[in-house]
Amino acid sequence: MTSNGVFQILLYCSLILALTKPAGAFMARLFAGERTFLHPVLRPFERLCYVLIGVREDAEQRWTQYAASLLSFSFWSFLLLFLLQRWQSLLPLNPSGFGPGVTPDLAFNTAVSFVTNTNWQSYSGESTYSYLVQMAGLTVQNFASAAAGLAVAIAVIRGFARQQTNTLGNFWVDITRAAVYILLPLSVLAALFFCSQGVIQNFTPPTVVTTLEGQQQVIAQGPVASQEAIKMLGTNGGGFFNANSAHPFENPTPLTNLLQMVLIFVLPAGLTYTFGRMVGDQRQGWALFSAMSVLFLAGVFVVYAAEQAGNPNLTQLGVASIASEDQPGGNMEGKEVRFGIAATALFATITTAASCGAVIGMHDSFTPLGGLVPLFNMQVGEVIFGGVGAGLYGMLLFAILAVFIAGLMVGRTPEYLGKRIEGKEVKMAMLGLIATAAAILLFSGASTGFTANLNNGGPHGFAEILYAYTSAAANNGSAFAGLNANTPWFNTTLGIAMLIGRFLIIIPMLAAAGNLASKKRLAVTSGTLPTHGLLFVTLLIGTIVIVGALTFFPALSLGPIVEHFLLQQGRLF
Amino acid sequence: MTRSRPLSDPAILRRALRDSFVKLHPAKLIKNPVIFVVEVGAFMTTALLLRDLATGAADTGFNFQISLWLWFTVLFANFAEAMAEARGKAQADSLRKTKTHSVAKRLQPNGKTEEVSASQLRAGDHVICETGDTIPGDGEVVDGIATVDESVITGESAPVIRESGGDRSAVTGGTRVLSDRIQIRITSNPGETFLDRMIALVEGADRKKTPNEIALNILIAGLTLIFLLAVVTLQPISASSGAPPSVAVLVALLVCLIPTTIGGLLSAIGIAGMDRVMQYNVLAMSGKAVEAAGDVNTLLLDKTGTITIGNRQAVEFLPVAGVLETELAEAGQLSSFADETPEGRSVVVLAKEKYGLRGRELSHHEAHFIPFSAYTRMSGVDMNSDHLRKGATESIAQFVREQGGAVPDELHDLAARVSRQGGTPLAVANGRRALGIIHLKDVVKGGMKDRLAELRRMGIQTVMITGDNPLTAAAIAAEAGVDNFLAQASPADKLNYIKKEQAEGRLVAMTGDGTNDAPALAQADVGLAMNTGTMAAKEAGNMVDLDSNPTKLIEVVGIGKQLLITRGALTTFSIANDVAKYFAIIPAMFMTAYPALGALNIMGLHSSQSAVLSAVIFNALIIIVLVPLALRGVKYRPESAGALLRRNLLVYGLGGLVSPFPAIWIIDQFVHALGLA
Repeated sequence: MTSNGVFQILLYCSLILALTKPAGAFMARLFAGERTFLHPVLRPFERLCYVLIGVREDAEQRWTQYAASLLSFSFWSFLLLFLLQRWQSLLPLNPSGFGPGVTPDLAFNTAVSFVTNTNWQSYSGESTYSYLVQMAGLTVQNFASAAAGLAVAIAVIRGFARQQTNTLGNFWVDITRAAVYILLPLSVLAALFFCSQGVIQNFTPPTVVTTLEGQQQVIAQGPVASQEAIKMLGTNGGGFFNANSAHPFENPTPLTNLLQMVLIFVLPAGLTYTFGRMVGDQRQGWALFSAMSVLFLAGVFVVYAAEQAGNPNLTQLGVASIASEDQPGGNMEGKEVRFGIAATALFATITTAASCGAVIGMHDSFTPLGGLVPLFNMQVGEVIFGGVGAGLYGMLLFAILAVFIAGLMVGRTPEYLGKRIEGKEVKMAMLGLIATAAAILLFSGASTGFTANLNNGGPHGFAEILYAYTSAAANNGSAFAGLNANTPWFNTTLGIAMLIGRFLIIIPMLAAAGNLASKKRLAVTSGTLPTHGLLFVTLLIGTIVIVGALTFFPALSLGPIVEHFLLQQGRLF
Repeated sequence: MTRSRPLSDPAILRRALRDSFVKLHPAKLIKNPVIFVVEVGAFMTTALLLRDLATGAADTGFNFQISLWLWFTVLFANFAEAMAEARGKAQADSLRKTKTHSVAKRLQPNGKTEEVSASQLRAGDHVICETGDTIPGDGEVVDGIATVDESVITGESAPVIRESGGDRSAVTGGTRVLSDRIQIRITSNPGETFLDRMIALVEGADRKKTPNEIALNILIAGLTLIFLLAVVTLQPISASSGAPPSVAVLVALLVCLIPTTIGGLLSAIGIAGMDRVMQYNVLAMSGKAVEAAGDVNTLLLDKTGTITIGNRQAVEFLPVAGVLETELAEAGQLSSFADETPEGRSVVVLAKEKYGLRGRELSHHEAHFIPFSAYTRMSGVDMNSDHLRKGATESIAQFVREQGGAVPDELHDLAARVSRQGGTPLAVANGRRALGIIHLKDVVKGGMKDRLAELRRMGIQTVMITGDNPLTAAAIAAEAGVDNFLAQASPADKLNYIKKEQAEGRLVAMTGDGTNDAPALAQADVGLAMNTGTMAAKEAGNMVDLDSNPTKLIEVVGIGKQLLITRGALTTFSIANDVAKYFAIIPAMFMTAYPALGALNIMGLHSSQSAVLSAVIFNALIIIVLVPLALRGVKYRPESAGALLRRNLLVYGLGGLVSPFPAIWIIDQFVHALGLA
């Protein structure tokens, strides 16, 4: 590791730390229905939205209504996006004339992918979809799915914050506020900045140029900046181009790279503060923030160390693996020279910790341990800051489990934030855990026969499959690459995994929140388990790591772990 | 009295061993999903073993041992539960023996009695019980007074008095009249009596899972499902590796991963918790009540009998001006000689201790004792020319005025001062001279202050309930160290206080015995009724203290906490254990396909078979090792939640993570040395 690399990582962390409070406080005010500094400008627009969709702003919903609203919103979004893809050849803004070649299974996969905030891409953007589908379809869903995630997180927080009520807020109001006051303004600003740095934004058909060697090269064009901003801010991760943020038109400079990374974490980190504010104890929010930070830093440094150490077999061949003035050392395979090892390790950890899935390097080309961390980050359920909203409610799922298991050891019925954790909550938390574990393990197990779709064999080939389903079920969307997933089997099963990973977490968490909201808040005494100190943070981390490790250790041991040991013995895949 | 039983009672052990086999029946075992999965696994490996034996395949020795230990795992889990149940059943048997088929003398409308079997009695019948009769059923004394031996229920051999009217009218079926004759109105039908309920409770026959137990069951069943997924999918995942693990090894891995430790011990912990309450001679009507006791935030404690000893004691002589302290002490002592009340005796004792007054020999012809009467509200002695009286300040003042004396204002001032300090003033006069005040004080029970401080550390606030005026109550509350008090408390006040606390999100426990306590007992989250109390009170509460000792509420809270801690500790331990088992089994499983994974064999286990076998053996043995802990409960210390969590996380969390490593290593040494694998 170089001091420059460590500096980049710490600089990034300080930026997130500094932004957590302002972002969180803003969201807390917004979702509590208080006025913010944006209200003078945006309030009329918000009102207009309610008039258009016919929603009364003060109408509260029970958890079932909230969940039903979310499901119907997602269903219509899915249908719209599905049809847009299927009919793109009939619609405008298609300068490349992409035809009706989008198969039903790919259209299904892509529609599910963007509606569930996964943004798994079985396709290459620049060679599959028209500008209209990219903008009106994919980019719109980038906003919609992120706003929906944010709304669910707020509803779940309300479950803890409220007492003796059966309502959790109004989905339509929450999603409107999330989009109008948070996602749109920030995206506009970020897109403008990206343009200033060289990210393109146009409707020009692909440019054909003659290279120095005299070859013809097609340079893809398109409305990239507008999609790029929300791709990061909404932890979507679906790139305009197949190369995603490694593409110079998506992510041209170190500054855009830094901003992209900041955009991924700003809302998930801020939500921990919002959480503290809404439940009336800021320390509770910082406890979650700390647990996430510890897991995040551990991950970053493992990846960085593994990547900087490089491949020992190359070292034996005399390749310099130590960083020097002239070269970065370590494992540069699949990495952009613009960004280098530290930034790529950092980006890879961020994008898999949050359910973003944008990449600036190929995770498939990481060392086994370097690839293990992104895989593990996703397998613990994207709770290390996590997706917009999804990270927080995923973390609260683990908090419920941690409190339930260890809370008994203080000699009381476990309680979190004054709410008793009983059968219903445990049932819902377990349902969420089982659903994602089942989606990852069963589909991976069932897909091991498709070796023809893999670039690599052995444990690395298995890791490619495991990574795909993990990424889908965790709603991450990043690809390990090396797996040709654009087949009916993979498109369909990955789509199902995404649906499970999204809705079989959201619905149980909303159910738990609905139940919690109806409970009375218990008084806090010195006999109450403290959930804001170092002890609880340790406990929460332990629960996440152990539950995650116990579930996936057998599978991981046949993937990256054994690959690591084989690498040490000089066997590669 | 506690009825503790040793863990190694041979009769109980025998019974538990037998029951462990009975419980193998899948229909019974399916209620415990974790152990049921183990049984299914054991069936599978046994079936495969039989197939291998028939076909003469290799490795039957290893498969045999795996099957054997899987069956042991099921048996050990059954044994834990059977052990807990057997302890209850043994006690139920001894109770049942006392449930004789007694003959009752039923009162007929014409006033005559007829002899009927106790089982024919119905609620509303009247029966007569005389010396030596066993009371045929639960009821209420409607006429007469008798001494009753209730040792069947309470274990306390001293007889108690039962009389009609008031709060001592309840009698329990199965107890015996020692003297006199009473008429009883039967209040419960056969099979529904207190004794029946008690038998059912200790036997655990209709034991319902408590809410927390249900939640924990969901957790471990969910984990079982997750591990099932993890292990089942290993088969296809490892298929490509060339040497997939055998079914026996996969089953072994599954059994090691699913939380068999807590799954096997969970119901034993619950039963044992009820049993521990029982050993304190408290009858909890449900396991839920015991759990609720652990959650309590506020304890309502009656002042008299709980915080203070029942009687007041003289602590100080306060003479008015012009009277020597010794003169007051002597007058007080003389006037109290015939006073047999504890207060009276304490005056004599104080005078003796403080002034060395031995007390003169008084014979009846020179002294004429005036007994206390409710009318005069004073007592004393006439002796020669002395007319010594002691009593309430007002009564004494009136006596002095009647004798032609004047009452100094100072007397009232002194009396007021004593009241302010939480004491009771007792005025003393000799004829027309008012001498002074004796300070009678409520005496806080020894050790009570420490216990209340202990409760505070546990985050439980204590509220003293008293009929005293607020001034007196405040003084005693301060001395005892209770957090709050409710003075001049009527039953309605108690009920309102409980409701207020509950509205603020606190759980409340209280004790009570009178019929007018019943609403509050029912409202409280934990209502501990005294066995001496009325049926109404016993029905309203969710626990009955057979010794009628209200201080026990504190112990009950401790037991409730201990129960929950034991569950949490063993769950944590069970889950943490899995890490070590992975390190034993995973490298062993894939030793053939990927020898490189041997790097994970950090324990250096001898061979892949001995590694798997050692993990399975550890997994089975740990259940048996932890049975005593499950039955006795984790040691509970009154500490803050933070301190408790830190300690228990260290012991059971970190301990659970680390301890299996050496344990499995040792087992592996044995397995290797004995040539088992």
